Amino acid sequence: MTGVAHPIEISGLVKDFGNTRALDGLDLTVEQGQIHGFLGPNGSGKSTTIRVLLGMLRADAGEVRLFGEDPWREAAALHRRLAYVPGDVNLWPNLTGGEVIDLLGRLRGGIDEGRRAELVERFELDPTKKGRSYSKGNRQKVALVAALASDVELLVLDEPTSGLDPIMESVFQEYVDAFRDSGHTVLLSSHILAEVEELCDRVSIIRAGRTVETGTLGDLRHLTRTSVRAELEQPPEGLELLPGIHDLEVDGTRTRFEVDTAELDDALAVLLRFGLRSLTSQPPTLEELFLRHYGDEVPSEADDEVLGRR
Amino acid sequence: MTGARIFLRTFLRRDRWMLLAWAVGAVLLYYSQAVSVDGLYRTQAEFDRAAASMEHNAAFIAMAGPARALNSIGGQVTWQASAFGAIVAGLMSMFLVGRHTRAEEESGRDELLRGAAIGRYAPMTAALVTALLANLLLGVLVALSLWSYPLALADSLGLGLGLTLCGWFFTGTALVAAQLTASTRSMYGLSGAVMGLAYALRAVGDIGYPALSWLSPIGWYQAMHPFSGLRWWPGLLLLVAAAAAVVAAYALFDRRDVGSGLLAARPGPARAGRGLHGSLGLAWRLQRGSVVGWALGVLFTGLAYGAIGNDVGDLVGDSKASRDLFAQGGAGLVDGFYATACLMLALLACGFAVSSALRPRTEETDGRVEDLLATALPRREWLLGHTVVTVAGTVAVLMGAAVGLGAGYAMVTADPGTALRLSAPVLQYLPAVLLLSALARLLYGLSPRVATLAWLPLVLAVVVMFFGDLLRLPQWLQDLSPFEHLALVPAQDFRWGPFLALAALAASVSFLGQSAFCRRDIG
Ligand SMILES: Nc1ncnc2c1ncn2[C@@H]1O[C@H](COP(=O)(O)OP(=O)(O)OP(=O)(O)O)[C@@H](O)[C@H]1O
Ligand SMILES: [Mg+2]
Repeated sequence: MTGVAHPIEISGLVKDFGNTRALDGLDLTVEQGQIHGFLGPNGSGKSTTIRVLLGMLRADAGEVRLFGEDPWREAAALHRRLAYVPGDVNLWPNLTGGEVIDLLGRLRGGIDEGRRAELVERFELDPTKKGRSYSKGNRQKVALVAALASDVELLVLDEPTSGLDPIMESVFQEYVDAFRDSGHTVLLSSHILAEVEELCDRVSIIRAGRTVETGTLGDLRHLTRTSVRAELEQPPEGLELLPGIHDLEVDGTRTRFEVDTAELDDALAVLLRFGLRSLTSQPPTLEELFLRHYGDEVPSEADDEVLGRR
Repeated sequence: MTGARIFLRTFLRRDRWMLLAWAVGAVLLYYSQAVSVDGLYRTQAEFDRAAASMEHNAAFIAMAGPARALNSIGGQVTWQASAFGAIVAGLMSMFLVGRHTRAEEESGRDELLRGAAIGRYAPMTAALVTALLANLLLGVLVALSLWSYPLALADSLGLGLGLTLCGWFFTGTALVAAQLTASTRSMYGLSGAVMGLAYALRAVGDIGYPALSWLSPIGWYQAMHPFSGLRWWPGLLLLVAAAAAVVAAYALFDRRDVGSGLLAARPGPARAGRGLHGSLGLAWRLQRGSVVGWALGVLFTGLAYGAIGNDVGDLVGDSKASRDLFAQGGAGLVDGFYATACLMLALLACGFAVSSALRPRTEETDGRVEDLLATALPRREWLLGHTVVTVAGTVAVLMGAAVGLGAGYAMVTADPGTALRLSAPVLQYLPAVLLLSALARLLYGLSPRVATLAWLPLVLAVVVMFFGDLLRLPQWLQDLSPFEHLALVPAQDFRWGPFLALAALAASVSFLGQSAFCRRDIG
């Protein structure tokens, strides 16, 4: 292993395309041995960040370190240690999937034959088809097999599963999990929240080219609201005075409200004073979590309405 | 047919510039024959003599068609332009049909549209009507231009509408091919094969097996005999065959699923061969088809020039203007003619060199280069792989031209020594051809968006060569064409100076292109 604690370290990254600023002081640090989720609305700059990280684009300002080195100047040498899967895999129309897997493997400096065969089988990929006759999902499988079968320390995945069906999705998760468990690192950009929740140790959320939140999913949950319904022995009082309470409704001995998760402890303490008969509390769903960071406003409606707005 | 009209309007709008370009090309093809023949011969006696010598040249007949009334302008136009005109109309029809049917299905855009309330046949019908109208436009414009030359109205109409009918036939076969194949590339391959077969059948037929010409739609077109006893009924054959092809296409369409073809795509190897290794292996794999195709193309073109043999004198006539055109620098007419032929073949080879130098651009705009550059493959090396293929391919294409020209000449004169002397000079244009491809590399290195400007220097070189003196272009403009600096061998003596200077310039420009590419953003 290399001894770099942070295979990816980006700070203050700025990238302009003509007059539009795609990245505006972005920060991202990925820990060795973790799967790092990279999230943000469409056009927020995820792919651009990854392309700077891979040395395709030159940064206009800021610090970018891949395995502790400059990816623009050392691109080819650093790429020996990573594999990249884009969301839009474009294959050569007249090369077969099997040929592409071998070609990319050779260019990366070798492929694990046993794992290649296993992956082709697990992903149910027909390697004899020509590039033009693969569906989107199958094109992605070709790139995934090529990446997962090569001997690398870092996977850079930019929406790698947007075309996979649920069964293939779970195969993908299994392999990425195993890759992490063997001490390697993954940067995973994704819009599929279930996948993020299942796989990621930490996530970074970006918006308009800037990092707005970084942490474990637990940390992030802490920053949002939990909805609470309670039935009490006496009508409650003083709830409205608590910090972090929203949308409070009191109907006799019944009450419902939302509370900033960080203040949940105090709210429950108040409820207990009025004799608790029943309590349901709902932690924020992942959707709420992301909508809060993706949109301008924290959504305050009930869950189903929030989902309906997506 | 709900929606067909809307599609038709969109297609015509989208294609209007392309249609204009094809129409102008076709009109130029026919009209320029009239102009060039008209200027060549001073007297009818001279014309008769030239015609007599052409009539007996089997290579010409195989290339163009049956020799009829070659001592008249109309007869010459028909002979020189009709077979190629049919191919032009065929290619236009193929691209029109392909772009609106198979390509749309392949990209999946078609499926998106089919979600809307439109008839099942609407896109296909609109594509068909677009192609029919385009061919009608082509034929009418050709007829009008010839009539205005002035040539006889009825025969001009015959030649023009025959062209339309040929185009309609190839529209029908392209539509059938679009049902059979699953990809645009193989659809173009199949349609192209139909055209190739039609051309080859009439070539063999015209040389001495007339029955074969009657199997070819191009043969039917030429059997209309414009300007040599026009008859309309062979046109009817074309019309019926075209209608049959269209009906067949609709029947096939009913038997297949949207997005697929009736012929399944052939599977390929499950593992990469040894050759598919590194940037050079990949570049060769991607470009080998084009290298072989171009080399064969110029080989046959060279063969056609060479097969003129020593008849040059008869063909170009006695007028001073035509003598001046070919007898460069006081050398003999034969040497002068072949010096010009070598130059023309070299300009053809530029077509390969520039398109090959632009191949990396396609790789980038199609989004395939990032997957490669995200591996341990350095940028410099990736582009170098393509550069090596471009340079080696250019050498191969020029060799093909030289071999074709020499072989053609040797075949009709049985004089291999002279054949070599006349054909080898094609190779001296290598640095000039490579310079044009290096300019393409430089433009691409700077930005893929400006790279297609790389065709401009070739256009300039062609214009200078054909019209430089005619249009009295200023000397500095003519000097911009690298070809102007090389001696017209074999009419003039080979000079090392400009050869080496151009080679050095090409190498430096190519190097600059490589360096620029390593410094810019990808994508
Ligand atoms: N080559 C380019 N030229 C100009 N603008 C670009 C280019 N590439 C990206 N952009 C712009 O930069 C911004 C960020 O795009 P990017 O592709 O990084 O977003 P993303 O977060 O990956 O979005 P998505 O979730 O849709 O994949 C967008 O506004 C996009 O339009
Ligand atoms: Mg993206």
